[in-house]
Amino acid sequence: MQAASEPIQELKLVGICKRFPGILACDNVSLEVKRGEVLALVGENGAGKSTLMNILAGLYQPDSGTISLNGEAVHFKTPNAAFAHGIGMVHQNFMLVPNLTVVENVALGSKNLHRFMNLDLNGARRRIKEISEHHELPVNPDAYIWQLSVGEQQRVELVKTLCFGAQLLILDEPTSALTPQETDDLLARLKRMTAELSIIFISHKLNEVKALSDRVTILRHGAVVFNGTTADHTPAELAALMTGHEVTLPRNESHDQSTEVILSVKALRARGDRGNLALDGLDLELRAGEVLGLAGVSGNGQRELADVLAGLRPVESGTIHFQGKNLTNHSPRRMIEAGLGYIPEDRHHEGIVPSFSVQDNLVLKDYASPKFSFSCFLKLGEIERNAESLRECFDIRCSSTSVATGSLSGGNIQKVILAREIARCPKALVAVYPTRGVDMGAQEFIHTQLLARRKEGVGVLLISEELEEIMNLSDRIAVIYKGRILKVLPAAIATREQLGLLMAGVVNE
Amino acid sequence: MNSGGMIYNILSLGVPFSVALLVAALGENFNQRAGIFNLGCEGIMSMGAFLGFLPAFFIKTGPLAAHVNLLGFVFAMAAGALLGLLFALVTVTFRASQGIAGIGLQMFGWGIAGTLSRHFVGGVTGVEGVPAWAIPGLAKIPFLGGVLFNHNPVVYIAFLMVPTSWYLLFRTPWGLKVRAVGTYPRAADTMGINVNRVRYQALMLGGAMAGFAGAYLSLCQAKMFADDIVAGRGFIAVALVYFGRWNPVGILGGALLFSLAQTLQLSIQVGGIKFPYEFAVMLPYVLVIVVLAFTRKARMRGPTELGKPYNREMRV
Repeated sequence: MQAASEPIQELKLVGICKRFPGILACDNVSLEVKRGEVLALVGENGAGKSTLMNILAGLYQPDSGTISLNGEAVHFKTPNAAFAHGIGMVHQNFMLVPNLTVVENVALGSKNLHRFMNLDLNGARRRIKEISEHHELPVNPDAYIWQLSVGEQQRVELVKTLCFGAQLLILDEPTSALTPQETDDLLARLKRMTAELSIIFISHKLNEVKALSDRVTILRHGAVVFNGTTADHTPAELAALMTGHEVTLPRNESHDQSTEVILSVKALRARGDRGNLALDGLDLELRAGEVLGLAGVSGNGQRELADVLAGLRPVESGTIHFQGKNLTNHSPRRMIEAGLGYIPEDRHHEGIVPSFSVQDNLVLKDYASPKFSFSCFLKLGEIERNAESLRECFDIRCSSTSVATGSLSGGNIQKVILAREIARCPKALVAVYPTRGVDMGAQEFIHTQLLARRKEGVGVLLISEELEEIMNLSDRIAVIYKGRILKVLPAAIATREQLGLLMAGVVNE
Repeated sequence: MNSGGMIYNILSLGVPFSVALLVAALGENFNQRAGIFNLGCEGIMSMGAFLGFLPAFFIKTGPLAAHVNLLGFVFAMAAGALLGLLFALVTVTFRASQGIAGIGLQMFGWGIAGTLSRHFVGGVTGVEGVPAWAIPGLAKIPFLGGVLFNHNPVVYIAFLMVPTSWYLLFRTPWGLKVRAVGTYPRAADTMGINVNRVRYQALMLGGAMAGFAGAYLSLCQAKMFADDIVAGRGFIAVALVYFGRWNPVGILGGALLFSLAQTLQLSIQVGGIKFPYEFAVMLPYVLVIVVLAFTRKARMRGPTELGKPYNREMRV
């Protein structure tokens, strides 16, 4: 895993195919990168970007197609083989072992530091220091990974990949967990690195693609649909190519203020999974008929707040009033009955039972109501009719409502959850990262639905890390930082820069 | 008996008593650190106890007679490593459910050892076993000498395994790989570590250590073989790994606590103290359950992927 013997002048992928059970993830994909160039690989979720890059990194084996480096055909059987040729990948989910330190993580992959019965940690430390100073990526070599923030982990991941001698850097959605400032910082840093490295940059955020890349390749349903120079095309053109149709995400234009408070949270304190105080005196008011956007870098208490509101996490102190009633520390069942709709962050584990059918998942919260059951028997006919009508209204694409819900795509699973929550006519709806990882078509649909509920007088609490989503939909925007609400702004006057600073904890009056 | 003498007895009996648990748990710790939960420890210990006993039973004369105990330990460890290999094949390569496979291995080892013993040995027969060897000088220290330095040599070897295991796990490249594959196998894979190979190695080492622990029971502790000789120690060893939070030093503490409780209850019975013996017998087990229930969970430090097979081509 030393630096490759000769520098990478040109990398070419020709006719790569990869099949997974039931899907063709990569369909005859070809692309090329030259030295010092940034290629943006763009496409919706499930377009096959990550699969393609995992093939290039030696993690997956292609079913057919060839990879060539400097004109010579190569075959990467293992990640080691890819490293040996100078190809390094920064995965979307960081490949860092959380209960090891930074230095141990680097040493793990550096075979030249492995001696018999002895590990050369000092060698790893020196290498980290060298790389981090050279590329201005400060890291603390002796910190445990689990102690680091997402931004810090990203730096560690970059340093680690460079320590392994990468000359071609593959970055899989590197900005998905960063604040706007961290994102700008990262883009500037990457720009500087192109003096020595080639970069393949995977993203679906088109402004970043515009800012960083020289050329762009667009994938749709596993196939290349576009290949060209970034500077020649506008983000809107690229978006249309990416989705296959014009996409206009709906916007909340009215911004008229209602005053009736439907959900009020006062001085809320609750603990996170590690026993830390994740919510530390949080105050929040949600009004009827508004979308309140909660912006913030993930890990600042969003998850805990959503859990607490759904009745899933105990409150240490503070109160939750819903429609005037004190519902602090009540069970999830009480919250549901009070009229709270909840779209959880982890749709596979909290939103649905993956092995249950679509029909069953649609009545998970109401199976005991007289509509769907009689004494101790379920009314299966009624459950099926309910599913069929919701499938139509919410455009849930599935071969039948009796298939296992877990087999649907992310966007369709999200529509199942949305249909279930909305069909119950909630008074307030807590939506946590509702469009994370769903394609733009589903995103458009979900946004339209949320705005329609707002019109009907439902209070919507939208928790998201996509600033654009928050700014498009919200009436007011609250910024959460370290378990408190730092500031609440009317959406009409909020700017991206201002929110970005607040998300990083900077309050300048 | 005065209370000082009783404490001395409990300690000097409890230390050698803890060895089988300690070694088996140290071995199981390697398994679990690599992400494999081996409930079959008990079965491997049974096989180890039987095979360890066998040379001493058969070879009474001839040039090998002087080395029967060494031979027994070698057999036991080889068989343990083989059973570990078998378990690796089933759970790592074929990705079978580890809990079920472990129960299978437990019954397999226990059943085979018992059957072979009935066939080759017949009834219960004693062997000479490993004699005590007092460490010159150290054994003369009042109180401590008797507690720590007047046992059979396998006890000393077993206690040396604690720092050795710690070093192996935390200071060598192999240990680093073991910890990585048990916590985040995909990350290890992307860094060029062969996840399955490391898991095979860890299971074989763990198996060999369980075999060693079994042979200790038949050659050093009971000095005979009966098919229920392990008596649940394999399962206690699995629990001790949790108890010790996947750290050899913690495991040593757990093994000592359990075996001291065990000898305490024995001396309560022997010493004629008025206390219902049924409760005395329960004491060590209750103690372990109580301590396990009230220890703080160290979620970030243990192997978080414990029990899950790894499949590189599975989409996440």
